[in-house]
Amino acid sequence: MKKNEEKLSKPVTSTKGPGMKRRNFLKLLGGGILIFFQPWNVADLLAVPQQQRRTLTKDYNAFIHIAEDGNISCFTGKIEMGQGIITSLAMMMADELNVPFERVTMVMGDTDLCPYDAGTWGSQSTQTFGPAMRAAAAEAKAVLLDMASAKIGVPVSRLEVKDGIIADTSNPGNSVSYAQLAKGQKLEKYLEVKPASEEYTKFTYVGKPFNRVDAIEKVTGRAKYTGDLKIPGMVFARILRPPSHGAKLISADVSGAEKISDVEVVRDGDFIAVISGNKDKVDEAIVKIKAEYTFNEMPVSDKTVFDWMVKAESRVSVVRTGGDIEEGRKQSDKVFESEYHDPYVAHAAIETHTALAHMEGEKMNVWASTQSPFGLQDAIVNELKMTRETVRVRTPYVGGGFGGKGAYQQGVEAARLAKLTRKPVMLVWTRDEEFFYDTFHTANVIKVSSGIDKSGLITFWDYHVWFAGTRGAEIIYDVPNFKTTSYSENASAFRVHPFGTGAWRAPNNNSNTFARELQIDMMASAAGIDPLDFRLKNLKDEKMIACLKSVADKFGYVPARTPGNRGIGIACGHDAGTWVAEIVEVKVDKGTGKVQVVRVACSQDMGLCVNPEGALLQMEGCISMALGYTFSEEVHFEGGNILDRGFDTYQIPKMSWLPKIDCVILERKDKPPKGGGEPAIIAVGAAVANAIHDATGARLYRTPMTPERVLEAIKKV
Amino acid sequence: MEETIRFTLNGKKTELLTDPSQTLVWVLRNQLGLTGTKWGCGAGFCGACTVLLDGEPVRSCSLPVSDVAGKKVITIEGLEKKGKLHPVQKAFVEHDALQCGFCTPGMILTSVSLLQKNPSPTRQEVIEALDENLCRCTAHVRIIDAVMDASKVMKGGK
Ligand code: FES
Ligand code: FES
Repeated sequence: MKKNEEKLSKPVTSTKGPGMKRRNFLKLLGGGILIFFQPWNVADLLAVPQQQRRTLTKDYNAFIHIAEDGNISCFTGKIEMGQGIITSLAMMMADELNVPFERVTMVMGDTDLCPYDAGTWGSQSTQTFGPAMRAAAAEAKAVLLDMASAKIGVPVSRLEVKDGIIADTSNPGNSVSYAQLAKGQKLEKYLEVKPASEEYTKFTYVGKPFNRVDAIEKVTGRAKYTGDLKIPGMVFARILRPPSHGAKLISADVSGAEKISDVEVVRDGDFIAVISGNKDKVDEAIVKIKAEYTFNEMPVSDKTVFDWMVKAESRVSVVRTGGDIEEGRKQSDKVFESEYHDPYVAHAAIETHTALAHMEGEKMNVWASTQSPFGLQDAIVNELKMTRETVRVRTPYVGGGFGGKGAYQQGVEAARLAKLTRKPVMLVWTRDEEFFYDTFHTANVIKVSSGIDKSGLITFWDYHVWFAGTRGAEIIYDVPNFKTTSYSENASAFRVHPFGTGAWRAPNNNSNTFARELQIDMMASAAGIDPLDFRLKNLKDEKMIACLKSVADKFGYVPARTPGNRGIGIACGHDAGTWVAEIVEVKVDKGTGKVQVVRVACSQDMGLCVNPEGALLQMEGCISMALGYTFSEEVHFEGGNILDRGFDTYQIPKMSWLPKIDCVILERKDKPPKGGGEPAIIAVGAAVANAIHDATGARLYRTPMTPERVLEAIKKV
Repeated sequence: MEETIRFTLNGKKTELLTDPSQTLVWVLRNQLGLTGTKWGCGAGFCGACTVLLDGEPVRSCSLPVSDVAGKKVITIEGLEKKGKLHPVQKAFVEHDALQCGFCTPGMILTSVSLLQKNPSPTRQEVIEALDENLCRCTAHVRIIDAVMDASKVMKGGK
């Protein structure tokens, strides 16, 4: 912590920039105009996980290149993993610079070419990076206008840009193109960029539906993911893995693997791998290694984890407090106490963690499916004792991340093997490895006590959250007496998780929204007030109210008391600066406990929507993905042994689970864009739980709501 | 141990000297350079590795290459005709029926096979045909829309 603060305050010298030295850029790109900009502000930086804060703020860490042919490239350390920024960022650029979309190229996730970036997380790319990039593009345009003014002898105020051509408005024949301006130039500009100032109107591309630029490559199979690369002499690798987290290797007999033709065993202490040019052979060989381990299991399983967490010696902090809880209690007509549980959940992208590494001379070249190319570069530098200049990480298309590819162990492993063998090594994690080493969404416990007065106003809200953090933990309702207490890992006193945990889509906001919105529903029901009315009555937040009203409209909502035998449920919340409300309708089979979601309506306020087509896709995706944590996704484990290692026992949403989905994006052209990749996922679980209650009178206090759990809850009614 | 295996690959007669026990997916990806066929689990559960074998969708991760001898294999690379996208591919682009795109080849091939056998499927039939192809980015709704749309276009003979 201390170290990072020091770094923050120390200016970073320009020659010590990450990746290649800045001076080399123009040489590499062959002339033109190069504009560096600096899109971070300190608040963004503080939001970055600590270990990711490397080169800090004062350097220019993104840039735009205007080539001599007038083509525009934007270099960024962000990566494309399905969230669509390769299209939406290019659209912003095209609009700001007034050039046709086809002339803009995004160069992403290459540690040699691109400026440092802490990683592509969640919804941040459009939200924080987008506006900074727009502002930089606007500055770039200003530079070009100045140059044009000097060249054609017309004051800037009389100039206008269209399709990359700057012309005199009173004499359109007098013009000069970006290409002409860039021709023969070797110009570098360094700009300090303030957040976007201009109005978000008058755009050609932004705000209009637009197909993804990567779509054609992806439907034809031409798109290259890491695993699709091939280098002459390349071998595939498999690494010997312990059966359980915390197990230590005591002996290994590799003779069985060595007997297989075309297979080589690589050994470096406890690190044992097999390599072969034939992928099937490494799979065959790895299971021939006989290994023995000592075990050191933590005494916890998926059954006991919730008790374990509450009893853990944790760090306690009161995040927010106002009014007086005891006073609120006294004013209450009814008081509600509940406890909510949420298990570990896997990321389970269809592309497993993959990396290709090749060491040529002193240079380590790595291609990896990762959300954090610079994080991987640092890890290789540290673990293999190399210098940053000798390690280059590139990121081809990533086959889904969802937070899971913020971890990059596979890249370090491939580099290690490449260094040991001096061969190009392709490491494709098996599905088993993918589950075993996943950094799961953490299990958590939430306890809430709350009360209402006779009129149905919330009197107090006492909220305790274990290990889910506080994203989404704020009481969005207008409550006079409230307190949020968070219990987090006290690493020096107690290890809570037997395996890795990390960010999942909208980290933990699902859990907090689930607890809050069930508690609200419970109070509405006890007050005999329709759950939509109850929310509106207790809300002051204009955006939340607008979302709820528009979603009710979209759904065709008819107010009623719950439970009302209908199977309709509501939930709302906000995430990453975006407000969202959802109404769902379910059918419950009371004999089997099976629940089918029939339809979902969702309304979202995400500020200016840069790419509505993309945003709708993300919203539908969130809703469909949410069905997994809602109904089936739970990592079973026994100590450090992960019991779910494949899609047979770990079920993710399928086509047949899908409801009809209707989404609305509220028009907010005058507001800055906010994240769209995650918010719609947060409220689905709660809305479904509330709908099950409406249908059956049964309350479920945990996810996933499997048929067995639904049946059990129905029996208790 | 290597054997010569003859089959038709994307309309072309192919002869291959290879270890016959290798799985088709890795022969395609590694030996033939057809990396459009993806690998997601190796156990038949995800469908990313789907190719068409005599018109039927099969999981190439669970199929020894010797099993394709004498048969016709179509991979995602084989759908484009003279630089023109197959109507299903086109519909996927138009409907934005993908995000990361890793499940996409398998989804498209499974759909192509469905439409060959059943040119006018109902929504429910599309869902059933694609139910065992997993998509973690959850482009599901768009995928179904795309297939429904492609079926209309194909009947129109376009
Ligand atoms: S890779 Fe073949 S089904 Fe998953
Ligand atoms: S588009 Fe990513 S898995 Fe389907």
